[in-house]
Amino acid sequence: MPRISSADELAKVSQEMIARRDPNKPRISICAGAGCVASGANEVIAAFKAEIEKQGLTTEVDTKGTGCPGFCERGPILVIYPEEICYVQVKPEDVPEIVSQTIKEKKVVDRLLYADPATGEKATHESDIPFYKNQERIILSSNIKIDPKNIDDYLALGGYSALAKALFQMTSEQVLDEVKKSNIRGRGGGGFPAGRKWEGSRNAPEPIKYVIVNADEGDPGAFMDRALLEGNPHSILEGLTIGAYAVGSHEGYIYVRQEYPLAVENVTIAIKQAEEYGFLGKDILGSGFDFVVKVHQGAGAFVCGESTALMTALEGRAGEPRPKYIRSNVVGLWGRPSVLNNVETWANIPLIINRGADWFTQYGTETSKGTKIFSLVGKINNTGLVEVPMGITLKDIIYKIGGGIPGGKKFKAVQTGGPSGGCIPEELLDLEVGFDELSKVGSMMGSGGMIVMDEDTCMVDVARYFLNFLTDESCGKCVPCREGIRQMLKLLTNITQGKGREGDIELLEELSETAKEAALCALGKSAPNPFLSTLHYFRDEYEAHVKEKRCPALSCKELIAYHIDPEKCNACTTCAKKCPSEAIIGGKNLIHIVDQEKCTKCGTCFEVCPSRFRAVTKISGEPVPPPIPEEARKIVRKSKQK
Amino acid sequence: MSEIVLQIDGKEVKAAKGMTVLEAAQSAGISIPTLCYHEKLEPFGACRLCIVEVESRGWTRLVVSCVYPVEKDIIVRTRSEQVDRIRKMILELQMAHAPDSFILQDLAKEYGADRNRFEKEPSFCIHCGLCVRYCAEVKKKNAIGFVDRGIRKEISFVPELASKECWNCKECFELCPTEALQAAYVLTEALTSPALSFKREAAK
Repeated sequence: MPRISSADELAKVSQEMIARRDPNKPRISICAGAGCVASGANEVIAAFKAEIEKQGLTTEVDTKGTGCPGFCERGPILVIYPEEICYVQVKPEDVPEIVSQTIKEKKVVDRLLYADPATGEKATHESDIPFYKNQERIILSSNIKIDPKNIDDYLALGGYSALAKALFQMTSEQVLDEVKKSNIRGRGGGGFPAGRKWEGSRNAPEPIKYVIVNADEGDPGAFMDRALLEGNPHSILEGLTIGAYAVGSHEGYIYVRQEYPLAVENVTIAIKQAEEYGFLGKDILGSGFDFVVKVHQGAGAFVCGESTALMTALEGRAGEPRPKYIRSNVVGLWGRPSVLNNVETWANIPLIINRGADWFTQYGTETSKGTKIFSLVGKINNTGLVEVPMGITLKDIIYKIGGGIPGGKKFKAVQTGGPSGGCIPEELLDLEVGFDELSKVGSMMGSGGMIVMDEDTCMVDVARYFLNFLTDESCGKCVPCREGIRQMLKLLTNITQGKGREGDIELLEELSETAKEAALCALGKSAPNPFLSTLHYFRDEYEAHVKEKRCPALSCKELIAYHIDPEKCNACTTCAKKCPSEAIIGGKNLIHIVDQEKCTKCGTCFEVCPSRFRAVTKISGEPVPPPIPEEARKIVRKSKQK
Repeated sequence: MSEIVLQIDGKEVKAAKGMTVLEAAQSAGISIPTLCYHEKLEPFGACRLCIVEVESRGWTRLVVSCVYPVEKDIIVRTRSEQVDRIRKMILELQMAHAPDSFILQDLAKEYGADRNRFEKEPSFCIHCGLCVRYCAEVKKKNAIGFVDRGIRKEISFVPELASKECWNCKECFELCPTEALQAAYVLTEALTSPALSFKREAAK
């Protein structure tokens, strides 16, 4: 492919790509994102290729591994075009049937369709599935149509037309104005208006400037940036190049964590292809604008997602935030103006340029525009990536899209914003999702992690978990963060172990203030949030742990005991057989007893006790009833009495 | 050279552009406590003890004076109830590691800090980085550095460099705000433990 050297030529190439593709030709798109690959997508793709060859259909059917459409819960997932039939949890052994039935006979394989767990209702098309139906997928929708390793797929969807528009129909100032007008706020956590950040760099006197993609996604349970970089890398390159044009930068970096090998691979291939086609490098599309992009792999530190720490790491030094009060868009990488935006922010830019700021601002709330991708995980039926308009309520995300809580359990809280975010309780589920709305209730947007918790989750333990994560992930430079978190973790651990003392909660609050007010970077300042928000909404749980040595969620091991209700035990012996520490005094026709001395509280007996008996119970905050006397243990069965 | 006028603790202070609030205060004889600051070194901003209140256009916020640049007409308060409370907490956190440091003890008296508030983990080091930065910035030897991160972060001499550079220098020892012996201990450890492990290997 020779370099494309004008906007007209690009339009022609795109037209050719579209013309070359017969819209009626059967096409099988199989998600090849990391989630589906983990559940066997590569085997399914291989099976399709073999089966299609076997049935002599190689020239009649296209098969491709694509980006992630988001419904990871039901992976491997695939869509068959042109009918747009969606199959979920496909296994290699299903492949011959799909080829002979759906491809050849145009019949739907009913058992592979999505079935609503509540109603049993089947959905044939992607758009019929409630998980997708209630989303607004302006960014994620392309993923399933694109083989991320093939630039032609992106061009067939009109790829790089926004770049051509920016370079040939707009001045760099107009591009900046359009982005400012869209009011898009950074999707990485801070929510700073991207346009204003760009403007600061553009106006900075230093002539050499940088643009950087932050793909150091480090929040536990968050994977939206991975899905975009793996699934549609050209959209990020296009956005980055437009940004470079707007601020006057000729050098860009993609800082991607090493733990995302597929993202590294796909974006590296994408850069090479973009260079070959003339979308990167010297004289892009014949416009005279030069821009190069390099990939930098992060060594895996949560703190490197912080802008100044990321830039320090890019320079080849230990990833620690800088103590300066000067913004990095003015003094950033190597002391030069540097625009750092998150993957998702960059992915929005081509859409804003192509469709205009007014189109973008139709989505969202007063202060948060556009859509946002969340990774919906935890105690939720439909785990996956969801893209929703800002302003949707938490309730709609969790129930309409997420399908509610599994196992008939009660919802307790949703944690947003990653480890430095907060837990939002049930009474606030009508909250509209937006940057300021989430901050107001003590949480934050963060990069879009959303962890759903059910009634079995102990909120003190949740705070302890996140603080434990942060003790490893703090860079360790400033005292309020390093030492404050160390002490907070000790106190929280003690509380969950029943060693909490009067005054511990107040001390935790004081440590929180020090970190919030005096820590060096945003990570340290927000580190107490998991504690503060759980304390705010679930203070009674903290008090129960400290004062009554009771865990209301019956979760903290040191505060609970397992007990077999003699009235309900049927001497089925299941628990006694499964107990790994021989702590159950069992016997045929004898009511079982837990030997509290031997019990390690692993919970096996509780899980295996048949639901028709439910004899094993958890007790907290009260003494375990004494074991029933030996003579009362005998069960006389009615059938035997006759 | 442009001069900036600001107010610190009610006193009008003249400062040059580019100076930090801490430098401006020091030039006016106003003292702000520090632990990781050293006039020969780049500001580090790690101990956060030099935190002060800055009022600018009606907004009051807490900033760290060793890195905050002077601005026209700002009002700086080096003590306030909140500033003192945060300094007290910082000292108490540090004293879990270095309860016997004279500098910390003096400051603790000033701010009413309780050296026994937190369980002792006497590692001596309070991560001020003076030794590390002095070796890198002034001596340009990099014979001592930080290793690991988070709560496991500690200082460590690089044995190969330390064995060559340190015996005739040891200038970092007296910079240590906790115990000069601390650096000496870490240095000895770096120089002896490879030998010990070598011996252990050889004994096998």
